[in-house]
Amino acid sequence: MIRAIRAFFLDRGYLEVDTPHLLPTLAPEVHIQAIVADGGFLQTSPEVCMKRLLAADYGKIFQICRAFRKDERGDLHLPEFSLLEWYHTHADYTGLMSDCEALLLHLAHGLNLGDTLCYRGRDIALKGPWERLSVEAAFHRYAPMSAKTALEANCFDEVLVRDIEPRLGVKTPTILYDYPAPLAALARLKPENQDLAERFELYVGGVELANGFSELIDPAEQRHRFQRELEKMRKSGMKPYPMPEKFLSVLAHMPETAGIALGVDRLAMVLFGADKIDDVVAFTPQEL
Amino acid sequence: MYSASDLRKGLKIQIEDEPYVVVDFQFSKPGKGQALYRCKLKNMITGVIISPTYRSGDTFHPADLEERRMQYLYNQEDEFWFMDVETYEQSMLTIDQVGDAKNLMTDNLEVDILFFGDRPIGITLPNFVDLKVARADPWVKGDSVAGDTKPITLETGYVLRVPPFIEEGEKITVDTRTGEYVTRVKA
Repeated sequence: MIRAIRAFFLDRGYLEVDTPHLLPTLAPEVHIQAIVADGGFLQTSPEVCMKRLLAADYGKIFQICRAFRKDERGDLHLPEFSLLEWYHTHADYTGLMSDCEALLLHLAHGLNLGDTLCYRGRDIALKGPWERLSVEAAFHRYAPMSAKTALEANCFDEVLVRDIEPRLGVKTPTILYDYPAPLAALARLKPENQDLAERFELYVGGVELANGFSELIDPAEQRHRFQRELEKMRKSGMKPYPMPEKFLSVLAHMPETAGIALGVDRLAMVLFGADKIDDVVAFTPQEL
Repeated sequence: MYSASDLRKGLKIQIEDEPYVVVDFQFSKPGKGQALYRCKLKNMITGVIISPTYRSGDTFHPADLEERRMQYLYNQEDEFWFMDVETYEQSMLTIDQVGDAKNLMTDNLEVDILFFGDRPIGITLPNFVDLKVARADPWVKGDSVAGDTKPITLETGYVLRVPPFIEEGEKITVDTRTGEYVTRVKA
């Protein structure tokens, strides 16, 4: 599977990169907790370093690496897991949606799985077009309230997990797109509607596989959002990270870019029919 | 105090002055969203199951539970009475709280009674108990094939299946977790 992922990106002119895992600071996001290590942090994603490469004129890059998130353990979560991230400049999130369609089909063919995945008792057709559903439409269709109401009532995540996620990606993979602006720390807002961010999630068989967006490239706006996240971290009793100044200082040099992170372990789960992330790794933390 | 990240199957917590045991538990975290702990909790007194969702940052008191070694005394209709083997204090469980354990209890049997605070709420029998066969049809040699069983009635009134060679008046060992025959007790 990893070989097929590499072939997919190398054939399309991407450069494979390798960035440090131990970092002095990270992009702050209140709901993602880092593991502290030797005065710094283990990366929760390679995003910040990869964007610095984009700012230095690398146009199409990808990386397969380890990421670490504290206290995340469940059927779909490990505190140490594999991420695939790819970025290309002069593109927006719609380009990433097409990349996802092409990548999954390429992998299914390369692994002799055909055009249809059988996962959790469902046949999921990979050959496009995939279901594309806006967050607003998904709440309207599956939830007892609108996305706006859920956000105001502070139960957006609960409703999403309970009423919406299990229904996504069941006939074809689903792209859930256009998230409320407050739920995007690093994504660009839609030019025609500043209440929504150009962010999407990819679901297969109810499992969230990837999160992609059109990158925010305005350093002032990015600093403002980081301040907002750092404030939330302080309020919830977490120790805030230092402001990622080096990242902010080069952000102005980054062209329009689209970027996405895809969980490699979960990808293996849906391709090979595993119910738990435990089934696709050599050792879980409990087995060490 | 427990925090949400301590939640796991079997953990016993207290909610609004009632003890609950976690019977099912799922960690979810939508992309960029917060950690959610979706639980199924069983009320240890009423058996009622509730399905709350907790967030990281939520905290819980451990349920104030204690097991005491007690002796079964007697039952009076639906009340089953026990005596603490150290303090001689007596406590009562209802027939519903005793459940299937009543099928395998004889007077003076030592059992573990679970207390929530001062309140007795449950019972655990020893894994194996010896009980007398009160009624059994005699075994006629040769009229059964290997693997056959026959029903017998124990001194408690409980009916179970045993190998055909077990006879009235003998004692047998029963596994209280399954309610099944284990072996004949040699006289």
